[in-house]
Amino acid sequence: MDIFFQQLFNGLTIGSVYSLVALGLTLVYGILHIPNFAHGALYMMGGYITLTMMQTLGLYYWLAIFVSIVVVGLIGVLMERLVFHHLRHAPPIHDKIAAIGMLLFLEAFAHRVWGADYLEMATPHGQVVSVFGITFTLQRLIIIVAAVLVMFTLYLFLKKTYMGMTVIAMSQNRAGANLVGVNTNKVAMLTFFISGALAAIAASLSSPINLVFPGMGHLVILKAFVIIIIGGMGSIPGAIVGGYILGFTESLGATYISSDYKDIIAFILLVLILTIRPNGLFAKGGQS
Amino acid sequence: MSRLLLNKRFALSGLLLLVLVLPLITSNAYMIRILILTFIWTIAVYGLNLLAGYTGYLSLAHAGFFALGAYTLAILTVTVGLSYWLAFILTLVFTSIVGALIGMIALRTREHFFAIYTLCVGYIIYLIIYNWEGMTGGVRGFIGIPSPGSIGPLEFNSQISNYYLVLFFLVLTIVVIYRIVHSLQGRTFMAIRNSEDLAKTIGISTTKNKLIAFILSTFFAGLAGALFASFTRFIGPEISNITMTFDFLVYLLIGGIGTLSGPVIGTFIIVWISQELQFLQDYRMLVFGPILVILIIFAPRGISGFIIDWNLKRKAKKQQIESMKDMENNQEVKEG
Amino acid sequence: MLLETVNLTKKFGGLTAVDDVSFSVEKGKINAIIGPNGAGKSTFFNLVSGYYPPTSGQVFFKGEEITRLPSNKIARLGIARTFQTTNLFERATVLDNIIVGNRLRTQSNLWDAILRTPRLKREEQKCLDKAYEVLDFVNLTNHAHSVVENLTQEEKKRVAFALALATEPELVFLDEPAAGVNPDETEGLAELMKKMVDHGITVCLIEHKMQMIMSIAENIMVLNFGKKIAEGTPEDIMNDEEVIKAYLGGERHAEVK
Repeated sequence: MDIFFQQLFNGLTIGSVYSLVALGLTLVYGILHIPNFAHGALYMMGGYITLTMMQTLGLYYWLAIFVSIVVVGLIGVLMERLVFHHLRHAPPIHDKIAAIGMLLFLEAFAHRVWGADYLEMATPHGQVVSVFGITFTLQRLIIIVAAVLVMFTLYLFLKKTYMGMTVIAMSQNRAGANLVGVNTNKVAMLTFFISGALAAIAASLSSPINLVFPGMGHLVILKAFVIIIIGGMGSIPGAIVGGYILGFTESLGATYISSDYKDIIAFILLVLILTIRPNGLFAKGGQS
Repeated sequence: MSRLLLNKRFALSGLLLLVLVLPLITSNAYMIRILILTFIWTIAVYGLNLLAGYTGYLSLAHAGFFALGAYTLAILTVTVGLSYWLAFILTLVFTSIVGALIGMIALRTREHFFAIYTLCVGYIIYLIIYNWEGMTGGVRGFIGIPSPGSIGPLEFNSQISNYYLVLFFLVLTIVVIYRIVHSLQGRTFMAIRNSEDLAKTIGISTTKNKLIAFILSTFFAGLAGALFASFTRFIGPEISNITMTFDFLVYLLIGGIGTLSGPVIGTFIIVWISQELQFLQDYRMLVFGPILVILIIFAPRGISGFIIDWNLKRKAKKQQIESMKDMENNQEVKEG
Repeated sequence: MLLETVNLTKKFGGLTAVDDVSFSVEKGKINAIIGPNGAGKSTFFNLVSGYYPPTSGQVFFKGEEITRLPSNKIARLGIARTFQTTNLFERATVLDNIIVGNRLRTQSNLWDAILRTPRLKREEQKCLDKAYEVLDFVNLTNHAHSVVENLTQEEKKRVAFALALATEPELVFLDEPAAGVNPDETEGLAELMKKMVDHGITVCLIEHKMQMIMSIAENIMVLNFGKKIAEGTPEDIMNDEEVIKAYLGGERHAEVK
């Protein structure tokens, strides 16, 4: 039974990271209808920048994360300005290919600058804690708490501020938002900034328990796609709930089914879902 | 027009002659090896082109099917112990059947969902190859795959004979693709790419034709994979990795997606540049990534498409000038 | 009658887009469906051409039920349609767009293509002949090799007509053929529709331009909020009080918008 709760706790940790990544992905999809395959590269960049800030400038963990948020957010904005903005009216195959191009570039960039090695990120919160028979490092608890805080802040921003509300308005109806005077360019840039920031937070939080390497974004982004399809492309609550569901499923699956194949669970789930519902689990049916 | 066609014929025959005599004039084994690999990639890229370029469905599982072909051949020849050519044919049949099954499901989805779905299918294939050690050798890879068996007096155990064998399959691929694209079947694919709704209303079964395109694309991926396995004789799980699909995509995009010469042009140019930029190796995507992005924004149909469009424009201009001349002549006649 | 719908209904979620509509398209005539914006005209078209299935009700073509057939099978039976936004392949030539229109009347398959069989060659010639025939019909022969994106809106509509005709239909549905075409060019399109009828092809169109409808249509149905509120000759329709109320109301509403 202890193992069960231990795995539940681990699931919550992984799920928090998944949710944050999926949130960024779903926001961009909701606003611009782009499946941003380069999102995993933003995540990877987040990990590296935090690590570099800590190692070369000697910044404290949380300060390093802050720098990372700003930098990766700006990389996101650049992506929108330099690339996606020019492909607004192109056939749908084009933005996917452009995203792949940026993904390849950023990965090669990381490879060139930081090398192919798996790097460790030290955390000031490495203490081991034991509560109710579950043993974990403080870092894991911090991941869970920080993720909730970030989500809550995002929620407040989207619901209570004018800027946030324009994002929501545009995700619901682009043409309409344009009519009522929302600056769609600004909103697109803002959305990409948030998306990059969320990726940076997720990567910086999870790096101390995982590792930092050029391909660290691969699996995470693939799983984030699975999550937003489960939760409904563009749906914010869907991304959060989906993230936790996948986190639990994986961590329990690894214990009770097979740890070799735990990464496959998400994809089999997705293949099953799309097989039964080709337009995703919560697609709006009917009218096109 | 006829002169252009003649020029094209001439250029093509010259090119074919060149690749035919190349092994006779060079003894550079390394260069021959690179050429063989290039031929193999090109076959795979043609498969991708038929689906993504002509039918409009971006499949990101292409490396998965390439690896499926390679591993199926390896398992059939080594583990099962079949004779080479029987295993070869069974490999093609098997890859096509798997392609048909996956295609039937994958093609129910569209656009983004299709890309994500196939991305996941590709990853599942990778994870299975990686984890199923008993069958695939896992991360250590699969060794001891035989060279192509002899056909009558023809033997394929030297590098040069392999060169001609792979070249034969490449030419065959190009001929088959050329014939498909320039037929009613090809027009059907392109109608689907243009607008599925319109295609349906003019009586085209999009379900059936998309599936045909998908199976063809997996068939050529499998063919390339089988040739790859028996040429390198050692395969590892990385050939099914998504980065391999991205490599294929780069070849296709730079050469020209949805054009007949695109796969050849793109693959040769990129492999050649990669050879020249050896020092870049793992960082080659530092160059190719941005090229991909710039191309898709400014020249979405790659080098080949750029030349075709340029030619069309020139022709249109010529026609305009000629028709203007005609008008002038007519006027002169009238006035005279 | 050529085509008949019986109590046709389509619901999207809580919204009833087409509500219990029974209508018949009369053979050898120009039929029209009119109504204010959002009256369900396009949805009605989409139901009849198999774009999506109805919630309830039936569709019959020449007495045979076609209610749940997919649109490609319906096309084979001899029903063609055009779209408001023509959906043509803009970067290809007119001829290249139209050749594939006769594909549904051919048999050749992948093997014919790979082996270049006589059947394929014969059928390709047939498709080409058909393309020239329909281009001649819509008076665009001289534009056969023009690239579609360089054509005027009216010419594009003609290409769309030609593509529909290349499927050898008995009945053609035209979705707002005159939309986006400037007024003095609509006359030509109207002539073209009459020409189709003269050649034994029944026409059914959706149109906003009242004047055009009243001058060419012989059988009109009026939809409002998904319901049929009138059906008959132009005179019947013009004198129908409910139509005047609904349609004028709708028009005014549309203008305000």
